[in-house]
Amino acid sequence: MPVIYMDNNATTKVDPAVLEEMLPYFSEQYGNPSSMHMFGGMVGRKISEARERVAASFGCQPGEIIFNACGTEGDNTAIRSALASQPDKRHIITTRVEHPAVLNLVKHLERKGYEATYLGVDEQGRLDLDELRDAIRHDTALISVMFANNETGVIFPIKEIAEIAKERGVLMHTDAVQVLGKVPFDLKDIPVDFLAVSGHKVHAPKGVGAMFVRKGVQFRPFMMGGHQEHGRRAGTENTTGIIGLGKACELAMGNVAHENTVVRALRDKLEKKLIEAVPDTRINGVVDSRLPNTTSLAFQFVEGESILLMLDAFGVCASSGSACTSGSLEPSHVLRAMGVPFTYAHGSIRFSLSRFNTEADVDLVVAELPKIIHRLREISPFKRTEGEAPACTC
Amino acid sequence: MWEYTDKVREHFINPKNVGEIADASCVGEVGSLACGDALKLYLKVDENDRIVDAKFQTFGCASAIASSSALTEMIKGKTVDEAMDVSNQDIAEFLGGLPKEKMHCSVMGKEALEAAVANLRGLPMAPHEEGEIVCECFGVTDTTIRKAIAENNLKTVEEITDFTKAGGGCGKCLDKLADLLAESKGVLKPLQPVAPARPAGLTNLQRMKLISKIIDEEISPSLQKDGGNIELVDVDGKTVLVQLRGACSSCKSSQLTLKQFVEKRLRDAVDPDLVVEEVR
Repeated sequence: MPVIYMDNNATTKVDPAVLEEMLPYFSEQYGNPSSMHMFGGMVGRKISEARERVAASFGCQPGEIIFNACGTEGDNTAIRSALASQPDKRHIITTRVEHPAVLNLVKHLERKGYEATYLGVDEQGRLDLDELRDAIRHDTALISVMFANNETGVIFPIKEIAEIAKERGVLMHTDAVQVLGKVPFDLKDIPVDFLAVSGHKVHAPKGVGAMFVRKGVQFRPFMMGGHQEHGRRAGTENTTGIIGLGKACELAMGNVAHENTVVRALRDKLEKKLIEAVPDTRINGVVDSRLPNTTSLAFQFVEGESILLMLDAFGVCASSGSACTSGSLEPSHVLRAMGVPFTYAHGSIRFSLSRFNTEADVDLVVAELPKIIHRLREISPFKRTEGEAPACTC
Repeated sequence: MWEYTDKVREHFINPKNVGEIADASCVGEVGSLACGDALKLYLKVDENDRIVDAKFQTFGCASAIASSSALTEMIKGKTVDEAMDVSNQDIAEFLGGLPKEKMHCSVMGKEALEAAVANLRGLPMAPHEEGEIVCECFGVTDTTIRKAIAENNLKTVEEITDFTKAGGGCGKCLDKLADLLAESKGVLKPLQPVAPARPAGLTNLQRMKLISKIIDEEISPSLQKDGGNIELVDVDGKTVLVQLRGACSSCKSSQLTLKQFVEKRLRDAVDPDLVVEEVR
């Protein structure tokens, strides 16, 4: 049975062109880029090329790029660095809908004596910039706001947020893991100080990431050891991963237009057809400011894990914000922060497409998912009776 | 992804005995939409106290649906007393096992059976509803937790969460769960140092204003989305008196809403000692 992969915000297929570029560095070109000999030096030059490619996709200088293992490491490094370089500042601002890579670190820092403000979102997942302005204090060390939400796809106004931060003299970090290749951005225009991305979200392999640190911003390394990455991130480079990420960033830049036309059209069709076919369905998140590949659909009165398992029987891969899949027995923190009623939150399914999805993929989901929802609603004790008021979320 | 047995998958994909019994002798309902799983069990019992038919409706994950299906298959043809001997472990075993994190689904099956039998016998409440609420997020009582520890020989707090969901939300009750576990094992609880008193950050007037603001601006709009509403009646010391309106006033799970939504939010934002009570 073919796999119909619609979970690209979780991870992506490695692009064949990326793999092709990486392969020689697993085998014949296995040198250590730190070595003094030519054999290692050749690999070092390839890493420099990757750095230039990543920098070009960010709109920054190669020297502002640090390679690391993943988005989580980038987030952790940025936040810890900002705090370590400003020991007198003990306050952090973030949002209630961040990825756990940020959220759980900030909670940990709170236990260590730092103070945090978690900005809320409205029912469409949008931030209130006045709330952000009001939250900034004389001792605010950092504002960390994601560029786009991984669950709903809602894009935050990072340029405006970074300008507010700059105006108030506060460092700014953004987790940009979901936007690379989907939303055009240029760090010459967006005054963030730190930015983190992850390779496996842009058709590069797992285990490689990159972060941007604006030139002139004080930096404190997270990983200590050797001189790699100019002493900013110790540890032998993941050469194949870095080379793959460089190629993936180059491809991502060229694919932004495709993502915002072809992939967006597929997403829109999937969304529209499902809402037409399945009553009591809604979109989580603001419709007109979302990642082009993402839809978070909430199906009332059914539970997400059951939907996913039934979709899995057709080879369809998606994800859910339901309690049974969140690992915490509660629905996703993002949906709860948005105030999505329980009747919908538990039945939320996220489809995240990529350039490898086809019209046929969408057609299959449109054909099968309404039947799945209908079946599960037949089993469910909760139902909307015709003419009855909406059910209580109690 | 959870590792489900073939039997779980079979009972999930092709569940047995789905639906309602129009002339059911009794109905047992457990769980809620808020909790993420709910089971409504219908039993038809003959004059010899034998279960001649059992049907269910379940909102929940594969484990919940499979456990419900298994339960109905297991109890059909049994007398009520024989059926009551079916334990949550029996349900799990019937399915060839459940992931440990999903054992609460088998417990939900057992609780639905107890609720149905309580309904049949005209008892005011099922055993799982008795006692004092320990986990406010999921409305789990100390009675349920003690029972789960005893019946399943639970040894850790994590296991209590796996079997009852208690502690799986905000985590505030984890210490209480540890105490219940220690008590059940006959272990004396070590003396805890007295926590320093919290400084009273708000005056009475400020506290009342903040409670009113949160109810008006956050809680009420959230309930209105689902056809319900809430109104602040009074604040008496640490007790917040409210009235539920609209769909919430007749909702079976309104107490869960009060405890795990309203009270939790007010405790988080205003004072951890607040208690929300409904005025009817």
